[in-house]
Amino acid sequence: MTATASASFPAVLTVLVLVPAVGALVLAAMPRARSDLLKPVALLASVLPAALAVWLLSTFDAGAAGLFQFSDRYTWIEGLGVSWHVGVDGLSLFLVVMTALMFPLAIVGVDPEHSPKPYYAWLLILETGCLGTFVALDLIMFFVFFEIVLVPMYFLIGGWGHGRRAYAATKFFLFTMFGSAIMLVAIVALAFLHASASGGGVSFDLIGIAENQVLATNTARWLFLAFALAFAVKVPLFPVHTWLPDAHTNAPTAGSVILAAVMLKLGTYGLVRFGLYLFPEASVYFAPLMVTLGVIGIIYGAIAAAMQRDLKRLVAYSSVAHLGFIVIGTFALNTEGLTGGVLQMVNHGVSTGALFLLVGMIYERRHTREISDLGGLQKPAPVMAAVFTVVMLSSVGLPGLNGFVGELLVLLGAFNAHRWWAVVAAAGVILAAVYLLWAYQRVFHGPASGANAEMPDMRWREGLVMVPFLAAIVFMGVYPKPVIDRVEPAVDAIIAHVEDNVAGFAEPAADVQPPVSLDDLVKSTGYDDHGTEGQSSREDGGAGHDGGGG
Amino acid sequence: MGSVLAQLEPVVTPAVDWAGLLPVLLPAAGALVLLMVRSLVPSRLLPAGLDALWTFAVAAAGFVAVVVLWQRDGEVTAFGDQLVMDGLALFTAAVVFGSVALAAPTLPRYCERVGIDSAELCVLTLLAAAGAVVMAGAADLIVLFLGLETMSIAAYVMAALNLRRLESLEAGLKYFVLGAFSTAFLLYGIALVYGATGTTSLDGIAGYLDTFLVLRDGMLLAGLAMLLVGLGFKVAAVPFHAWAPDVYVGAPTPVTALMASAVKAAGFAALIRVFVDALGVRADDWQPVVFALACATLAVGSVLAAVQSDAKRILAYSSISHAGFILVGVQAASDSGVAAVLFYLAAYAVIAVGSFTVVAVLSGRTDDRTGLAALAGLGSRKPALALGLTILLLAQAGVPFTSGFVAKFSVISAAVEARSYWLAIVAMVSAVVAAFAYLRVVVAMYFGDPGTDGSDADDASPAMGLGAASVIVVAVLFTVAAGIVPGLLESLSSTAAGL
Repeated sequence: MTATASASFPAVLTVLVLVPAVGALVLAAMPRARSDLLKPVALLASVLPAALAVWLLSTFDAGAAGLFQFSDRYTWIEGLGVSWHVGVDGLSLFLVVMTALMFPLAIVGVDPEHSPKPYYAWLLILETGCLGTFVALDLIMFFVFFEIVLVPMYFLIGGWGHGRRAYAATKFFLFTMFGSAIMLVAIVALAFLHASASGGGVSFDLIGIAENQVLATNTARWLFLAFALAFAVKVPLFPVHTWLPDAHTNAPTAGSVILAAVMLKLGTYGLVRFGLYLFPEASVYFAPLMVTLGVIGIIYGAIAAAMQRDLKRLVAYSSVAHLGFIVIGTFALNTEGLTGGVLQMVNHGVSTGALFLLVGMIYERRHTREISDLGGLQKPAPVMAAVFTVVMLSSVGLPGLNGFVGELLVLLGAFNAHRWWAVVAAAGVILAAVYLLWAYQRVFHGPASGANAEMPDMRWREGLVMVPFLAAIVFMGVYPKPVIDRVEPAVDAIIAHVEDNVAGFAEPAADVQPPVSLDDLVKSTGYDDHGTEGQSSREDGGAGHDGGGG
Repeated sequence: MGSVLAQLEPVVTPAVDWAGLLPVLLPAAGALVLLMVRSLVPSRLLPAGLDALWTFAVAAAGFVAVVVLWQRDGEVTAFGDQLVMDGLALFTAAVVFGSVALAAPTLPRYCERVGIDSAELCVLTLLAAAGAVVMAGAADLIVLFLGLETMSIAAYVMAALNLRRLESLEAGLKYFVLGAFSTAFLLYGIALVYGATGTTSLDGIAGYLDTFLVLRDGMLLAGLAMLLVGLGFKVAAVPFHAWAPDVYVGAPTPVTALMASAVKAAGFAALIRVFVDALGVRADDWQPVVFALACATLAVGSVLAAVQSDAKRILAYSSISHAGFILVGVQAASDSGVAAVLFYLAAYAVIAVGSFTVVAVLSGRTDDRTGLAALAGLGSRKPALALGLTILLLAQAGVPFTSGFVAKFSVISAAVEARSYWLAIVAMVSAVVAAFAYLRVVVAMYFGDPGTDGSDADDASPAMGLGAASVIVVAVLFTVAAGIVPGLLESLSSTAAGL
């Protein structure tokens, strides 16, 4: 399977990762006189990986989604045992695809306010960093990409941001670097301890270390904590989330989109790949702690979001809540929860990415994000209002849209594992409806006066950028089966890995067979196809109608 | 006639492998030749920039000699095994020559602008380089002392060369007084170790300690402590660092670059020779002390770097924090630790010379326009220069795809391998603190408001000159290349460490 895929296009993942970086170099070398070519070149350098990612998606062997496909391995630093080892499985496939699609959309959708050349170059370097992190199967290679993304994002926030941009950029850089600094020590310690315990040479190969669990229980737990700290900062989990609202609020629109859609997933993806997979026993041991932090994040993020006066800050805090769902899904340690968590990673990327784009459009027109300064925007901008409605409802988790599938699975899994936490987390769904609907009401409903009444609606280009988001939101809401089919084998493999390596651990399940299982859900969503689609189009129509009426 | 000659006994002279000594002889001879020429020939007959060109040529020749010697099998020993050109010595010599060659091209324009006589500076630089190589190749404590003094005395004078600037004179005096003080410690340490082991030869000391168990080891331990103080001063380890910030800031900027690169490399080579090689048997005695020194150096260096408001002072304190990182490798007391130290020295030498060259370019006529305010708006005024400094600063912070990351990664590996987990954690956390200092410089360059004072318009954007420009380009390219493909440098440092 791997062989055939590789034979038709060798080193596809390596090319995928490196193309944006090459694009950045080309941009840097372009003469000042041809600044009209900057955007096309940047677009080309980001569309190529997108095309490759779609090709990956189509050739990916769903039956073997639990295995790493399109693998590719070279020696990198021989003396230190570091190699360039890439591959995707069902866990990372959709994250890679989402990342590769998100960047061209961000480049098309938003133009920088000034200095386009370094702006596009930093964006492309950021894309290489994000893609590299998702496909890396070597611990040091993973770390290197995980860390390098800080630099372009630092410059994007600091150079093209608003408000206290230097402060936000520096805070972002130092918080994340602190977490990963300790992780580097843990990675090195893991490699050396593993080598001495298993009697082999020092190697940073993820699969080799994960499949051969030889560390003492206590050691593994300490190392897990060090890894978890780095990922907790990146996710971000309560109480190390404080960099996120500042970074999001002050970042330029494209920066916020990428930060929310892609970079936060580096943390949650890390928790699965370098938490569960590397340290199964420690993950089981610390699962209650992680679930608790996730639930705190859900409730805290939701309450904080409801209190915000700045629309962008509100969306930023909603991310804290959504990411909490992913974490409790992951540490429910059962198929439903983890599948839901992985789905939510993609869903949150799509919905929150779209929300930040929309907020960016409003800011560009009105030069304010204060909710109290906005109002009645539905009348001058009905299309934008309609799109905002769909995206917001997807973020709320309305059945028939993508957010619902993921959240339901997460809650299902969490219910089987930690019943009362699931009950508390479910309250977060309601709170999400409260703060988002309330914000929508304040911004789009009511009378429009002054500059609000003059606000132009979406332009064609902006509308076209939103189309893929809406398509993904509806498609994954009504027919998630193709996605789940590819994610689930990988999730099963991870859960089986945990069961194999932890004595006395079995996938948490309710005392009685839960009334709904994953299979039922897949069937039922397929069955519900028409009904839910109708519902979502009604929402569309309703918003549009209201706008037209005004 | 032929038969008469054949009957004569050939005069027996000690066999000296002159070719093997080229790394020492070249800079020493080069310094003397330059001194003679400049003393005897009137300046107007000599082309401008000759001093710097000569320095560069001598350093390059020294580098070539090192490369040739590296290819030879077997190490060169000379003068009754008192000087040895082994892997460690050659690698350090390469770092020293590389630093001098990188620092030289900046000199002509810099000296002209600031008003320093470049002949003196170049002669002293070459003498210091000769001393540094002797230090790196010393197989005997006395020779080590000789090399150290040759290097240090040249460095004291170099620090004070900017006669128009009071801080420079202060730096020279401070460096000299404190340096002499620390030298006394070193000498006393040598005497005590000699008293305890009966030899000053490093091999002899190692052999003695290997063979005999020293029961009443008070004298040995006292000597060891004194040696650590003396050498700790040279590498600016906390708490023997007090001289470093003022001297780094006061000295002419290219001299500061050399102090952070060549002088530091020689100091660490000596530290490795004495502690890891000669006193390796007693590692249990000195490792805890070096552990504490490393922690203190890392913490103090990075925290104080973060609160400075002058770019040159930030780099000075960060240089202290880098010394802490290198001590982490020394503390491991293993071959991989030594390899990591050498990699770090090579990577940091290039980064340091590159960064200080940028500062030298910007420092203006008086060589003191180095405040963060002077950097404001550099990102838009001189994007290429700002980008170069940014890459070098990110490398100092240990960002991936730069040599700085691989350097930190290898010292951390060595520390973890030696089970010094807490030291590794302290090192990485202080790297984050130090990163804040570098980010302040970056913020000033890119996100700060450009200064509006028109009075210093000339100074605000001085002509860089081809020499400095090429130095910065080479430093950046090396830093990035060694970060992306570190294999070659890594295998060289491993070989030098005997791995």
